[in-house]
Amino acid sequence: MTIDTMHFTPIAALIGGLLIGTAATLFMLINGRIAGISGIIGGILRPAAGDVLWRFAFVFGLMLAPVLYGTFATLPEIQVDSGYPLLIVAGLLVGIGTRYGAGCTSGHGICGISRLSPRSIVATLLFVSSGMATVFVLRHLLGVN
Amino acid sequence: MNIFFSLIAGLVFGFGLIISGMTNPAKVHGFLDVAGAWDPSLALVMLGGILVASIGFFFARKQSQSWLGLPLQMPSARNIDRRLVLGSLLFGIGWGLAGICPGPALVLVGAGVVKGGIFALAMLGGMVLFELVESNRKLPVASAATTNSPAK
Repeated sequence: MTIDTMHFTPIAALIGGLLIGTAATLFMLINGRIAGISGIIGGILRPAAGDVLWRFAFVFGLMLAPVLYGTFATLPEIQVDSGYPLLIVAGLLVGIGTRYGAGCTSGHGICGISRLSPRSIVATLLFVSSGMATVFVLRHLLGVN
Repeated sequence: MNIFFSLIAGLVFGFGLIISGMTNPAKVHGFLDVAGAWDPSLALVMLGGILVASIGFFFARKQSQSWLGLPLQMPSARNIDRRLVLGSLLFGIGWGLAGICPGPALVLVGAGVVKGGIFALAMLGGMVLFELVESNRKLPVASAATTNSPAK
């Protein structure tokens, strides 16, 4: 294994992580909710009375972030290598998988591990492993990207 | 009031994703590609997030309700079942294919990235598909539970 020192950004990564943790903490302390993005979106598709508006507000906040950030600074590089067919298959798998497995990188990976939930620790190990296996097959066996 | 704080939480979360570099699928791929030139950044994002949130949740647990007087909705599920395992494995495959997970997908939509929008639409489609299958299998499962209960 070789570390990609050219792209490794430890300070920015840590600061960004601290901000994400702060958002998750405030959301629990103030709103009493887990900041799990797939669960928040999923709840909109299974609407219950009085349980929908806050979800839209959170989603709107996430989408507003790059707009506000972009007015004061330059957005960091965004590079999407995958083609459209791959993006569609990937999106479907992420949608089905996060709902079936009850969480994603935020709900299981950040919030769940912080609560020391055994379910979330297992889930995170599994999706990181299958993600790494997928990239291995894609890049090193099939030569895509 | 809780609507306003939802928006703020989403916004701060989004800033964190942008600053950390996780809204760049190429960077996420760099983390998942352990056999190539490996970029460990994502691990530090998780470390930073967990560091703060574990302290936050520790104190949240001691409260009987949220600061706005809302119930603290901590997940209560404990069992590691087939759904958790299969779902997480599927999610990982999708994540590996595109280098995008749900949070960054929404940020990419906000940033006006067309490919992010396509991914997000497909993701929503997957979630709708899940809801349809779930609502179809709810009924038979419920009736099976009621017919079993007298025997217990």
